[in-house]
Amino acid sequence: MNLEALLAPLQYDFMTRALLVSALVGTVCAVLSCYVILKGWSLMGDAVSHAVLPGVVISYLLGLPFVIGAFFFGLLTVSAIGFIQSRSRVKEDTVIGVVFTALFALGLVMISKISSEVHLSHILFGDVLGIGDSELWQTVIAGTIALIVTLLLRKDLLLYVFDPTHARSIGLNTGVLNYVLLTMLALTIVTALQTVGVILVVAMLITPGATAYLLTDKFSKMMWIAVACGIGSAIIGTYGSYFLDGATGACIVLVQSIFFLLAFIFAPKHGQLARRRQQMAERADELGEGGPPAAPRPVLTRVRTSSKGQASD
Amino acid sequence: MMALDVHDVSVAYGGGRLAMRQASLKVRGGSVCGLVGMNGAGKSTLFKTVMGFIPPLRGTVQVFEQPVIRAQKAGLIAYVPQSEDVDWNFPVSVREVVMMGRQGKMNWLRRPSAIDETMVEESLERVGMSAFAERQIGELSGGQRKRAFLARALAQDGRLLLLDEPFGGVDVGTSEAIISLMGELRREGRAMLVSTHDLGTLETFCDEVALIADRTVLLYGPTGEVLTADNLAATFGGRSPLHAPPPKQPAQQMEARP
Repeated sequence: MNLEALLAPLQYDFMTRALLVSALVGTVCAVLSCYVILKGWSLMGDAVSHAVLPGVVISYLLGLPFVIGAFFFGLLTVSAIGFIQSRSRVKEDTVIGVVFTALFALGLVMISKISSEVHLSHILFGDVLGIGDSELWQTVIAGTIALIVTLLLRKDLLLYVFDPTHARSIGLNTGVLNYVLLTMLALTIVTALQTVGVILVVAMLITPGATAYLLTDKFSKMMWIAVACGIGSAIIGTYGSYFLDGATGACIVLVQSIFFLLAFIFAPKHGQLARRRQQMAERADELGEGGPPAAPRPVLTRVRTSSKGQASD
Repeated sequence: MMALDVHDVSVAYGGGRLAMRQASLKVRGGSVCGLVGMNGAGKSTLFKTVMGFIPPLRGTVQVFEQPVIRAQKAGLIAYVPQSEDVDWNFPVSVREVVMMGRQGKMNWLRRPSAIDETMVEESLERVGMSAFAERQIGELSGGQRKRAFLARALAQDGRLLLLDEPFGGVDVGTSEAIISLMGELRREGRAMLVSTHDLGTLETFCDEVALIADRTVLLYGPTGEVLTADNLAATFGGRSPLHAPPPKQPAQQMEARP
């Protein structure tokens, strides 16, 4: 394939727009993914992304920007989950499952009932190539807000995720931080809807962070690596989908999965190969082949005492 | 001045059942108070109450004669978690953890000042962890992990330190180092509330002991006066683990440690 063919997609306006939007979405999602995977909120991300469906439909009915309805339903989901969990014996993952499937089903029923103009497949799987001016602006604004708020509060959010008790003990308002993080999660999901759709949003929200987590032990580096993965996969995926003539969102997610797989195998310290090497080296040391001789064992002896009452424990 | 004054406090989590019933406890500045009781007796509830996680339904909690929230904003309360409560795979270094002790005192952008840097260095030095400052926390031994979090409390410059099981899973050397550090902190006028399972060492570092059982403070006071066989028996539901008489049959020994 020559250079001309490679650059061919760029002469289309819709391709350059798609590339820019998906790169922005990749960035925002990647930043948030670092917090999501460390906090253990992957399922929560999946839940919120599915549960925004009725919000999108209602926005369409009322003629509002889809971002507003989706964001509102995102917050509703988070609150409903928190409310039910604090007031019942059911475990959190179960509550999350119950709430999001309920809202997702509601959204499906609404779509099947009301209109053929809301294209179900575009909401479910995204349609970044067909993004209109209004959706473009909504995505950019929501994404920028999520990015700025998260970055400004990144240290407090990190402390909250790592050790909420300490955060509380130095006077940070952990209740507010919890809701800020959840709100940013909802806002980020809304941002990514147009690009990858309801079903695959969660991949954008966890895979870059998970990949970066395998590659470094420093949070600041983790964030940069995640962002690089996010932007890289967005561009390669969007570009690739042009040549494959395949679903753009799915292509982006697939590239991210490949990044993760590579990190899982080849990461310098936490990858499979490195772990295997480390294990073998440790074993060789312990077995005394080439390594320093093992320290001599202390010699313990049994002592028989005559008085029974003095038996040591 | 009283570092901690818990007065007649009752708290509940969600349900109707109280998690703490009319508990009272005072800890003076410059003293160490040991918190002793069975698992589930209410030690962690007491910690959570002192840190303002659960608002009292009745009674008051004051830290250096201020309400908990004000004391927290002033950075007076430092918390050292149990090892089980920490995610050791978290991508932070020892230095970053210690710096978290300073975070409440930084400006809104949370950029460390020269004073913050100095405090972190000094705290690392004091617990002997300077050489390990750049390590990821999961690469530390059990004793080093404790020291890292103690350094965070030092960096915070808290006046009331809450230590949750500081001797859990550490070797004798670390245990002694922690006790001597607690001695230094006491001489600086700081107060410490220490929950522990290790009854044997209580007398070596506690000025006072509080006995916790059945969701309340049964008794608190000077260590020697409180740690009697009868009191411990009442706290541990049967017989004192510290004063256990030589068992006649092994089966009875099992009974004595429920």
